[in-house]
Amino acid sequence: MRMRRMAVLAIASALALSACGKDSEEDEGGAAAPAPSAATGVTLEGSPTFDKMTAAGKVVIGVKEDQPNLGFKDPTTGEYSGFDISVAKYIASKLGFGEDKIEFTAIPSANRETAIQGGQIDYYVGTYSITDKRKEQVSFAGPYFIAGQDLLVRKDDTSITGPDSLDGKTVCSVTGSTPLQRIREEYAGAKTIEFQKYSQCVEQMLAGQVDAITTDDAILLGYAAQQPDELKVVGAPFSEEKYGVGLAKDDKVLRDKINDILEEMETSGEWQRAYDATLGQSGSTATPPALERY
Amino acid sequence: MSTVLYDAAGPRAKSRYRLYGLLTTVLVAAALAYVVWKLQQTGQFSGRKWSIFQYEQVQRTLLSGLGNTLKAAATGAVLALAFGIVFAFARLSDRAWVRVPAGLVVELFRALPVVVMIFLIYYGTLANAGSASTFWSVVAALTVYNGSVLAEVFRAGLEAVPRGQSEAAYAIGLRKSQVLRMILLPQAVRAMLPAIISQVVVLLKDTALGFLITYRELLTEARQLASAQRFEFPTIPVALVVGAVYIAICLALSLFATWLERRNRERGRRRTAGKAVQMGAGEPDAGA
Amino acid sequence: METLTDNWDLFIEAFRTTVVLLIISGAIALVAGTLLGAMRVSPVPALRAAGTVYVTLLRNTPLTFVFFFVAFGFPRLDIRFSYFAFAVIALSSYTSAFVCEAVRSGINTVPLGQAEAARAIGMTFGQTLREVVLPQALRNAVPPLMSVIIALAKNTTIASGFGVMEAGAIGATLNERGYPAFDAMIWVAVGFIIVVLPLSLTQRRLERKVVRSR
Repeated sequence: MRMRRMAVLAIASALALSACGKDSEEDEGGAAAPAPSAATGVTLEGSPTFDKMTAAGKVVIGVKEDQPNLGFKDPTTGEYSGFDISVAKYIASKLGFGEDKIEFTAIPSANRETAIQGGQIDYYVGTYSITDKRKEQVSFAGPYFIAGQDLLVRKDDTSITGPDSLDGKTVCSVTGSTPLQRIREEYAGAKTIEFQKYSQCVEQMLAGQVDAITTDDAILLGYAAQQPDELKVVGAPFSEEKYGVGLAKDDKVLRDKINDILEEMETSGEWQRAYDATLGQSGSTATPPALERY
Repeated sequence: MSTVLYDAAGPRAKSRYRLYGLLTTVLVAAALAYVVWKLQQTGQFSGRKWSIFQYEQVQRTLLSGLGNTLKAAATGAVLALAFGIVFAFARLSDRAWVRVPAGLVVELFRALPVVVMIFLIYYGTLANAGSASTFWSVVAALTVYNGSVLAEVFRAGLEAVPRGQSEAAYAIGLRKSQVLRMILLPQAVRAMLPAIISQVVVLLKDTALGFLITYRELLTEARQLASAQRFEFPTIPVALVVGAVYIAICLALSLFATWLERRNRERGRRRTAGKAVQMGAGEPDAGA
Repeated sequence: METLTDNWDLFIEAFRTTVVLLIISGAIALVAGTLLGAMRVSPVPALRAAGTVYVTLLRNTPLTFVFFFVAFGFPRLDIRFSYFAFAVIALSSYTSAFVCEAVRSGINTVPLGQAEAARAIGMTFGQTLREVVLPQALRNAVPPLMSVIIALAKNTTIASGFGVMEAGAIGATLNERGYPAFDAMIWVAVGFIIVVLPLSLTQRRLERKVVRSR
């Protein structure tokens, strides 16, 4: 009965949109990375995207909003945090856009190419694997991180030890993602389910509707870190995913510039600091990968 | 209307009806109790789950989602009305080269799912113009679909106006466009208003398909909040609140339509002494 | 064109799911909707009220929301089915409300004398409805019912957002396989015209027949 009264109270307080709203809550993970200061007097000859950014006076960056430690939007503060966000902010600052000039837009996996092509965003930093197929539609700077495909399962599930033990199990991933295609093609015994977002997969797994979630270990570790008593990562990566910064296909000038910026981030130690403050929180270590310029 | 189906109940029927009524009440009450018990048992009333609504940012997110829903619905409704009127006139044209293509367009758009139309418009403008707006893709899809349905509603309405009206108008020397615009349309719209509003409800409900192309309307925002791991996935609390908002808005519109319909019928009865015009196409469309 | 020919099996499989979804949900919705219609004209106030509340709630809710509530809400309540079954539940519970309205409007078209005569020879409400009113009402309700079924056929596409691989999901899948999404959607649109056209034509024929038989 007390619970019910609390629920009613919660509705009432939600509906009474007065100043009674809480501002935020003590942060639990996803610590903010050091904010770099914006460069001044940056010019880029022949980059249509940069011209558009300068004209608008802001940069619109496509990110994920539901991946703890990578790209995560805190629903209680509206703030974005994570390693991808740190990289995105660093690039923006070196292009001359301070934090107040950044507009983050959450774009799910299936809509990434269209959002870049459609000019909805200037560039995309959100666990975006560099693949040849995608290179036909967009271009990539980086990689700035290397992850591997893995499996997230319920803590008490011992039957799944790797992709070979997925026979008859239901595996969830997002619409338009490479990991799911790989499972379908190479491990045909598994049943696959698609949702728009990984967080929806996590929701469905904890509710008992699916048995495993597959995607890159970096993403999965973030979810496991949020609920360590209920979730675990299997820990047997079976692919190599190179995360790149997605941008318009014809904008080589901006691509080269972002590659320069990423290189600077890695040599200056900024990369490592950003990593330790975000992904490093879930106990893993990593070194910056070599850039692939093209 | 339904009273013709059964006589005034006698003593035995009365007691039987009372039994049925009791049974129904018990069944419904049992179902409701089961739902509440299920909610309680699975911890849906936990303070943690509901506490997400306390945050100002969450309230702002939901309000901005509601704003986007209403914005898309309002823009879509205005454009769909214009589309409907234009194509209804076109289908009633005397010239075959206007009438036939207009008919094809209306039939085609009515046959396609709004889901497919949203994707087609979004991907299509992207491929051809190089850029696309999620807002306008949603609005355009809602406009052509509901506009086509409304075109048929208007056409039926225009055709249902008593023939004497247009004959009299022609007799005093009005042109066809004038007859349509000045004589038939005002009468048809009044009679069709309930059907038009029902269609606006359909349109409003269909804005929820914006999630397909990441247009941030109410349901898209709600689903994002529902998967908040830190709040133990408050799916049910969020669904209850957002569902109530949708039902309240749509119900208000629907009730308005019913009220208009009743008023029309009463007026019609008074005016034409029982010979109210029966509108064929007033059947509301079962949209998404 | 090669977007279609290269992925022929995907198109067939997806549209097959769409049609199966349509048939199962349609059948359930027709039965449930007719029962609801009977409830709404019954002499028992509680039955009428229950039917009215159900229809009012479902008709004023976006179908996407119903899907969300079923596919994401039910598992939270420990109610577990396959996503296909969830889609059937969402589609048929939503559509049954519209079927109910079509049936009710059909009942309204049956001349008063029919029910009066049935009562005069001593039929109960159930008999009147079953033997006299419903058979005529359903015939008149066929055109609006066909509209409801056509709407259902189109509404199945929403299931693609909730774990069911059907025609609505083709675009995203082919986009990932590297085919232009716009071409894929054009073929999906063509597919829907093929599915919906026979339904529309049947509807028009029946409409004419009903009008003539009146």
